[in-house]
Amino acid sequence: MTNIKEELKKRILVLDGAMGTMLQRYNFSEDHFRGERFKAYPSSLKGNNDLLSLTQPQAIADIHRKYFEAGADIVETNTFSGTTIAMADYNMEGLVYELNYESAKIAKKVASEFTNANPQKPRFVAGSIGPTNKTASMSPDVNRPEYRAVTFNELRVAYKQQVEALIDGGVDLLLVETIFDTLNAKAALFAIEEVKEERQIDIPIMVSGTITDASGRTLSGQTVEAFLTSVSHIPLLSVGFNCALGAEQLQPYLERLSRETDFYTSAHPNAGLPNAFGEYDESPEEMKAFIESYLKENLVNIIGGCCGTNPEHIKAIAEVAANYPPRVPALVSSHLEGTF
Amino acid sequence: MMLEEDAIKTKVDVAGLRETAVQKYLTLSGLEPLVVTPESNFINVGERTNVTGSKKFLRLIKADNYDEALSVARDQVEGGAQILDVNMDEGMLDGKEAMVKFLNLIASEPDIARIPLMIDSSKWEIIEAGLQVAQGKCVVNSISLKEGETEFKRQATLVKRYGAAVIVMAFDENGQADTYQRRIDICKRSYDILVNEVHFAPQDIIFDPNIFPVATGMDEHRLNALDFFKATKWIRKNLPYANVSGGVSNVSFSFRGNTVVREAINSAFLYHAIQHGMNLGIVNPAMLEVYDEIPKDLLQLVEDVLFDRGEEATQKLLDFAEELMDAPVGTGRDLSVRASAGGFGRVGGRASGRNADRMQLANAWRDASLQERISHALVKGIDGFIIEDVEEARLASGKPIEVIEGNLMIGMNVVGDLFGSGKMFLPQVVKSARVMKKAVAYLQPFIEAEKGGKQEFAGKILMATVKGDVHDIGKNIVSVVLGCNNYEIIDLGVMVPPEKIVETAIRENVDIIGLSGLITPSLDEMVYVSKSLEKQGFKIPLIIGGATTSRAHTSVKIAPNYSNTVVHINDASRAVTVVGDLLNKNNKVYKEQIREEYDKFREQFLKRGKKKDYRTIEDARKRKFEIDWNTSELIKPKHLGIQVLEDFDLKKLEEFIDWSPFFRSWDLHGKYPDILEDEVVGEQAVELFKDAKVLLNRIFDEELLEAKAIFGLFAANSINDDDIEVYGQDGKHDVRFLTLRQQLQKRDGVPNIALADFIAPKSSGKEDYMGCFCVTTGFGCEALAKEFQTNLDDYNSIMIKALADRLAEAFAEYLHKEVRTNHWGYAKNESLSNADLIKESYKGIRPAPGYPACPDHLEKSTIWKLLNVEERIGVKLTESLAMWPSASVSGYYFGNPEAKYFGLGKITDDQLKDYAKRRGISNEEAEKWLSPNLAT
Repeated sequence: MTNIKEELKKRILVLDGAMGTMLQRYNFSEDHFRGERFKAYPSSLKGNNDLLSLTQPQAIADIHRKYFEAGADIVETNTFSGTTIAMADYNMEGLVYELNYESAKIAKKVASEFTNANPQKPRFVAGSIGPTNKTASMSPDVNRPEYRAVTFNELRVAYKQQVEALIDGGVDLLLVETIFDTLNAKAALFAIEEVKEERQIDIPIMVSGTITDASGRTLSGQTVEAFLTSVSHIPLLSVGFNCALGAEQLQPYLERLSRETDFYTSAHPNAGLPNAFGEYDESPEEMKAFIESYLKENLVNIIGGCCGTNPEHIKAIAEVAANYPPRVPALVSSHLEGTF
Repeated sequence: MMLEEDAIKTKVDVAGLRETAVQKYLTLSGLEPLVVTPESNFINVGERTNVTGSKKFLRLIKADNYDEALSVARDQVEGGAQILDVNMDEGMLDGKEAMVKFLNLIASEPDIARIPLMIDSSKWEIIEAGLQVAQGKCVVNSISLKEGETEFKRQATLVKRYGAAVIVMAFDENGQADTYQRRIDICKRSYDILVNEVHFAPQDIIFDPNIFPVATGMDEHRLNALDFFKATKWIRKNLPYANVSGGVSNVSFSFRGNTVVREAINSAFLYHAIQHGMNLGIVNPAMLEVYDEIPKDLLQLVEDVLFDRGEEATQKLLDFAEELMDAPVGTGRDLSVRASAGGFGRVGGRASGRNADRMQLANAWRDASLQERISHALVKGIDGFIIEDVEEARLASGKPIEVIEGNLMIGMNVVGDLFGSGKMFLPQVVKSARVMKKAVAYLQPFIEAEKGGKQEFAGKILMATVKGDVHDIGKNIVSVVLGCNNYEIIDLGVMVPPEKIVETAIRENVDIIGLSGLITPSLDEMVYVSKSLEKQGFKIPLIIGGATTSRAHTSVKIAPNYSNTVVHINDASRAVTVVGDLLNKNNKVYKEQIREEYDKFREQFLKRGKKKDYRTIEDARKRKFEIDWNTSELIKPKHLGIQVLEDFDLKKLEEFIDWSPFFRSWDLHGKYPDILEDEVVGEQAVELFKDAKVLLNRIFDEELLEAKAIFGLFAANSINDDDIEVYGQDGKHDVRFLTLRQQLQKRDGVPNIALADFIAPKSSGKEDYMGCFCVTTGFGCEALAKEFQTNLDDYNSIMIKALADRLAEAFAEYLHKEVRTNHWGYAKNESLSNADLIKESYKGIRPAPGYPACPDHLEKSTIWKLLNVEERIGVKLTESLAMWPSASVSGYYFGNPEAKYFGLGKITDDQLKDYAKRRGISNEEAEKWLSPNLAT
């Protein structure tokens, strides 16, 4: 098994683009979402994209394939909402293990095809771990600021189940992403550490936060540096940002992050900011130009796309990324000897 | 190709180094990060949110008063705490629940959640519950080997997994470490387990090697301080990257009740602990004397005890403490000691009541060297001996100017440093300035008598309150503070037209211009001044300050007009540093930084957040605040018409004074009366309050200020939704008040209010009523302030204005009550305390033009016309519609029980145009008056 850390020393790795954007192209109906197996399911299932790993596995595999063909080194499993907490919306808490396990299998199978065809360019699967739809450090009720819709322990238990299933399904690394509340992410990291200890294994972890807007903070209010401090207590493969902003808007925050951390860095921004119709319309060429600016500044080790990006974007990004050496984590000026 | 590969290879090699060169500083976070580097000053942990240490906090938590408990936390943050210690260990509390609730509440207060938390408990389950609700990187306080290695490792592993740093007590299975050897043995053992077995990051370890009381009289305690110092030094040298912390006030426990000695011990201990490597800790700043300010004899005794110098050290300190016990009050410190509270058993063993000794002690500083005496007088604001000392200095020096540049500036630099580091507060600095001014005034004739003798200033600063505005308390405070930092101040006073600013700045060749203002039209005036300065080609920095100014307004509206630096300063303490940096010879980088910061701020401000949605004015009017006019009781005033109050006895107003804003005007933050017991500013607040009472009594006894009031009650109806017609005795309408309506889109059922909604519409056929008023307590104030200033007493010059403002507000409160209970009489039976009045729990409202419910200053002109204010009581309106004298309040009365205060918020273009038409002015003029309320 090729070590992803070895690859990261050699080159900038490319992460895939959006899954949701690609699935929209299929225009799946309620019947497609249900497939045979859930034909008689009591509640509506349209929109439960994670479920498609069970009902339309071919489509999921095809999308992974397209991203690998476009030049991606890492694809993410179709498991962004794969926790009991997020699946409660569809009354599908009982399917969580299976969804994650099967999604990992599908992605791993496609990855192996590509690695076998070209062992010089090994491909990896990252288990996607989303933020869930609840926040542990903010109250949804303005009149009860002390109230929380979800607790750390509830999140930890849910994340642990997802992590175990993803690992059983064969993912190469874990990606805790779209972190808008750092406390949720800390629960995920806690769960991962528990699994690592219980199974006596090590697995690389990518962490990716979300800077919500021009305030430069996460939704839960942390600055770039505070966020970084809050997730740096365990050895990470990489830390970075994704979603909410386009590549252009993300750059200043990425610069700050890149300067402060000794971990590798990642970014998978959206295809620009949404237009008046809520669509992302930044072209591959436009996005490529912004990404090139990251590369010139030596800001990233792993680069990909989030909402609105498709294989054309990834192709453009992969092309330009190949022309630049990977970021070398800055040596933070520190005294090698004592601290006084 | 080869070359490129080489380049990459080199970088990879550098990356390999990464492992060994990672940052190893303790780094924590709340919403913002805290990095503890060797360059950081001592990190102060706020400890008032600890039920074991603060009775007040315990009481609040027990009473479920979490709002107040939060304000304790906020005070800590505002007072400079860099980490917030939270402890809920109390038998009567569900500690876990209290911890979770309090931390959850903190999470929704960004101004508190900014700093990292220290989760403090002796119970592991409470610590874990706290860690589960904190998104930032906290500190756990504490774990130790007390319960053995297994439990220690288990807890440490979890702390690490939760992403926190940890305090490790020097404690093991055999108990607390109380010798040097035990301290370092236990810390070393703990460190090795943590780093080698748990793989805990060494920089995340903070040792607490136990601070125990000194001078207890027991021989085994004689090394308590010294062993701590030595252990601290050893840890910092031998346990790489680990930090050291401790609870400081414990060291002086034997002297509880004796503030002077306690503060001296705490302070000397802290000083030496830091020297030995302690880099963070829990210190109550109110229990700390400034190290350099500890009287030398006392310091000697204290340090002899701390370092165990000689058999007699403890006894000598006890003797000294005993002498202090009966010393007179008035040295600025609480010397009253309850005999039983001393805890140092030998009290009473010697004869007491030696008057000579006591006097000697109070004036002991008079025996110090000349420079020490001058510095002491400046730091403590004592002016009784300054002329005498300055004369001595003058005789000793070659030139009188050298006394200013030498002796006095040395003293003022001490003041500046103490103020800059938060160890002195604003009222103290203003008192220091008074001493300084007296000294300089004394020297002036000698300097002038000498040819070529001229004081060298650090810079020349023009200060002005802009045209149309009369408020100058803040400007005067900033002038005084800058003045005592050796800047020459050219103060043009209030209502200064732009031409005068430009002309004076050129003639005097000033280095900086400072503009101040309080009312909203002043914001526009400042924009205008900035444009004038640009047109004249000025190349000097511009400083903006005053209550309505903001960084947002400065960066968006002013900075773009002026090509040199524009800075917004919101408190006096920042003024000195900013001005210093601006006038520094190498200020290019600083100026560029500011420009960049403001550009960025502007950009973000303009792009900020979600766009708010507004209703059209037409739609908003449909959603007015509904009162059922068929059932609403409209009480006819007992006396309709206008009345004037003159020769009013000011003393009656004393009980109506709301003191909290008074303290705020001196940069002391907190609610009255709690502020008097505040741990950080309490002592200073008491002092200031005492001085205020002295002057207030003079105002009452000598009738220094003249109070006048006018008010009228009228029949009135609202018309066309937003206007109010006021009818004279003959039933014809005299004037029309124009009110503005909220337009922000709100939830269904939540109204868009205008003041007119509180008055019955003409179409209802009901006769309704309203009133308006103007009160002043400002006559005589200006002359008095000038007189104080001439006597070089800026302190009282500012004080008189601050008091006049409070009296005017009190008068408005008083008159409102009279109107409610008597003249209008709709609330005959109300009985409300002053606190209720401040909370506005009365029926009916008295909104003032220029304030949130009615930001339109033009309404004042209507009130003036209706009541004939200027002719009858002499209060004038400036062109910006500020009232003169400035200690005046005007407004309307609405008596309907459903009337309530609200904020207008932003309005949109359609209402602006409609308003301009109703007012009979151009859209441009309407825009000028209402600009702060226009949605962009």
